Amino acid sequence: MAVTRFLIPLGIFIGVAAFLFKGLSLDPKEVPSPLIGKAAPDFSLPLLNNSETRFANSDMVGKVWLLNVFASWCGPCLDEHPIIVNFARSNTVPVLGFNYKDRPQAAAQWLDRHGDPYSQVVLDIDGRIGLDYGVYGVPETFLIDREGFIRYKKIGPLTQLDVSEDILPLIEELSR
Amino acid sequence: MIPEIGHFAVILALCVAVAQAFFSLVGATRGHTNWMAVSRPSAYVLFLLTTFGFCCLVISFLTNDFSVLNVASNSNSQLPWPYRLAASWGSHEGSLLLWVLMLSGWMAAVARFSKGVPDDMLSLILGVMALVAIGFYSFLLLTSNPFDRLLPPAVDGRDLNPLLQDPGMVIHPPMLYMGYVGFSVVFAFAIAALISGRLDTTWARWSRPWTTIAWAFLTIGIALGSWWAYYELGWGGWWFWDPVENASFMPWLCGTALMHSLLVTEKRGSFKVWTVLLAIITFSLSLLGTFLVRSGVLTSVHAFATDPERGVFILGFLVFVVGASLILFAWRAPKVGLGGRFDLVSRESALLANNVLLVVAAASVLLGTLYPLFLDALGLGKISVGPPYFDAVFIPIMAPAMFLMGIGPISRWKKSSVPDLASKLKWAFVVSVVSALLLPFTMGTWNVLVSFGLLMALWIALAGIVNLWTRLKQMSRGEGNTVWNSLTSLPNSYYGMLCAHWGVAVFIVGVTLVNGYEIEKDVKMSVGNTVTIGSYTIRLDALKEMEGPNYTGVEGSMAILVDGEEVDRMFPQKRLYTVQQMAMTEAAIDTGFTRDLYISLGEPLSDGSWVVRVYLKPFVDWIWGGAFLMALGGILAVSDRRYRKASQMENGSEEVTTSS
Amino acid sequence: MIQSMRIMGLILILFCNWTFAEEAPLLAKDPELEERVKAISLELRCLVCQNQTIADSNAGLAVDLKNQVRDMLREGMNERQIKDFMVERYGDFVLYDPPIKSTTLVLWAAPLLMMFIAFWFVVRTVRRRARSIDAHQSSEDADRARDLLKD
Repeated sequence: MAVTRFLIPLGIFIGVAAFLFKGLSLDPKEVPSPLIGKAAPDFSLPLLNNSETRFANSDMVGKVWLLNVFASWCGPCLDEHPIIVNFARSNTVPVLGFNYKDRPQAAAQWLDRHGDPYSQVVLDIDGRIGLDYGVYGVPETFLIDREGFIRYKKIGPLTQLDVSEDILPLIEELSR
Repeated sequence: MIPEIGHFAVILALCVAVAQAFFSLVGATRGHTNWMAVSRPSAYVLFLLTTFGFCCLVISFLTNDFSVLNVASNSNSQLPWPYRLAASWGSHEGSLLLWVLMLSGWMAAVARFSKGVPDDMLSLILGVMALVAIGFYSFLLLTSNPFDRLLPPAVDGRDLNPLLQDPGMVIHPPMLYMGYVGFSVVFAFAIAALISGRLDTTWARWSRPWTTIAWAFLTIGIALGSWWAYYELGWGGWWFWDPVENASFMPWLCGTALMHSLLVTEKRGSFKVWTVLLAIITFSLSLLGTFLVRSGVLTSVHAFATDPERGVFILGFLVFVVGASLILFAWRAPKVGLGGRFDLVSRESALLANNVLLVVAAASVLLGTLYPLFLDALGLGKISVGPPYFDAVFIPIMAPAMFLMGIGPISRWKKSSVPDLASKLKWAFVVSVVSALLLPFTMGTWNVLVSFGLLMALWIALAGIVNLWTRLKQMSRGEGNTVWNSLTSLPNSYYGMLCAHWGVAVFIVGVTLVNGYEIEKDVKMSVGNTVTIGSYTIRLDALKEMEGPNYTGVEGSMAILVDGEEVDRMFPQKRLYTVQQMAMTEAAIDTGFTRDLYISLGEPLSDGSWVVRVYLKPFVDWIWGGAFLMALGGILAVSDRRYRKASQMENGSEEVTTSS
Repeated sequence: MIQSMRIMGLILILFCNWTFAEEAPLLAKDPELEERVKAISLELRCLVCQNQTIADSNAGLAVDLKNQVRDMLREGMNERQIKDFMVERYGDFVLYDPPIKSTTLVLWAAPLLMMFIAFWFVVRTVRRRARSIDAHQSSEDADRARDLLKD
């Protein structure tokens, strides 16, 4: 024990340093969703282009679909929007627009200006449903399977890489 | 031109540091006297060059040179000039330049004020500091150059974050960095001692004043940061266990342990190995803090804009410096002889126990701060560790330490007896317990935590008084000394100890009473409304729009009434800083010895009234008052005449004294 | 005359105080409920802020979550249920106080453990050192005694 105990501080330090190094490749602000693998929370919300009608998530059962949370006041949403527009054009799966804490008027104008890739747009004006989905920042995107279970969540703007490496393979798997 | 000159000066400084490291270290180990002679002058040159470079950056800020990227990102032409000065260290790059400025300053100070240290030791010390400097200068020049140009120049700058536009920003970082960086001195002393094998009481005597000064600066720096958060953030919180706060607190805890450990090594020749390890640990924590704040590894309100690439560099540097030091430690420390023996009940034991508690506290803070990272890295999910954890863990660890603070100074060296201690301290104990049980009733409701806190504070304060009393009695038994003579002949270092320990007691009183008895009221106020809090009635008399140099806003005029009489008037503001479009509340605070009255404007409501938060915080200023007393104690200790007569004691061997 | 004027003045002042100095209403319509909201909010993290609770923060999400807490309290849910609700949607990260689970056992147990280990280590080292110093001294004494006897 004579000399070895002098090596203890060094040992502890190396351990800590290893973790710190690993930490550099992680993002402490990214919060993973506990909802993955669970049933998508139910909602029934008014549509943007027809506020009398309500649209529910149960209307999508039987399909694999994307839920994209966006708002007209959100900068990064604009960044990812071209990717969503592109994705919608490829007609793989329907994309539902989830307008979060926004003014319907502003949302409609935003979509007019930048393109509307959504099969439908629902309005969550007070953000209550967003809360159920664990939304804490915009944009966020969910992939939901045929039975209505959440299989994937992306926090932050979608990148082409996310689409090609994560979303498309998963869609293929879920569509079999 | 000026930024380029500044840039060049810093490049030259790096070259000087390289030369200094090489010639000092090789010269000292090989015994080349003319190589060692390079160390002192190169330290002065390094400091001059760095100061020059720093001034160039400051000039760029003061003259609104928006062709410099750093100035364009952090300043603005409407920004008042003191904040333009402070903005020079408000960014990651600028703060690094401040870091190396402090480092070179400390190196010059060591070169200037170490007449008694033999040349080879001094060369080793300056050489080690130069190695640290090389790391930081290269980091600055390679990844974080504050002199980078922005071409074409911006028309105006992005302004300094409004939260930082405050006198606190002018003084808090410099104080903090003086402390952080100051621990590099004792670190260098420790490495030099390990390399040369000369780890003895003389080494401890040299290191101690440097450590104490750095510690005092760090104390002031942390206290200023806390006070600033209190009045700036608008809800009166003063400590959040935020990772960046913890990053400064851990070196402080270990630095405190180090100071006390050096005391024992100097006076008794014991704890040598432990002291050296503490010196390495304390500075390592300083470096770790630098890493945590800039690498993006942890979330914090204080963190600089993060960049993992920079993180890799600092981590690499950290691994090199700390790893090499600990390897050196593992290699050389076993060869250091044992110091004197001491009993389980003795002043040495009390100090050792105290040190251990401080280090365990620091380790717990480190664990809590890094735990989210540990779990995330292991793929075990994401959790957050906040104040509930730290409060629950820190206080029980420090409680025994506070108890020991009463016992330690009054125990004898080497061998003390429990009955003796008990008889000296029994009155202090009884009075503390009784007062602690009764005092809460004078403030309001009785509360066990308040009682406990008061007990600790009273115990420390009264034990200090008993200590002084005992000393005076001992001295008066001598040649019929008068009390005045005895008081003036006691060394400054003794008063330093008393002052610092009383500072801790004052601090504990502040924390305990404000946590136990603060009152908060959130109300909706229109002009003419009043709100009562404690014995005060506050009436909103007027709301007027106003303008500042770089903001617009609304100011409320609040009359403060006691028993219907107006005793004061306070002016809380809500500002909108034009450039960053950021709203800020400037709380109005009436600072008093026994309480703070704190008023902050929230949001305006649709009916023209305002949300107003009013706080009554009893004894809150004792928190920072206590910290100030601690720092003052440190300064008193360093001003002891022993250090001024240092040269006379040069060849004195292990002086074993029985004074404190 | 002056006396009566003084009295008139006094009445006038009192009257003014009565009419203008209205006690400001508390922001919260139900202060007791608000206390409970605050207590729970201090234990929930604001996910879009850097290291703040939803009680301390004015961010949109923080206000939304506080409203949610308030509504749930009104519905009669208790603290445990509310926290579970939040964790279900946001994960353990939303709790400001790390939960006591198997993964956080180390976190909570470590400080106490460190204290005990440190103290055991210290006591052992002090005792061992005392013994070795005594042994060293006694061997010195033995050497000296031998030298003296030799003469």
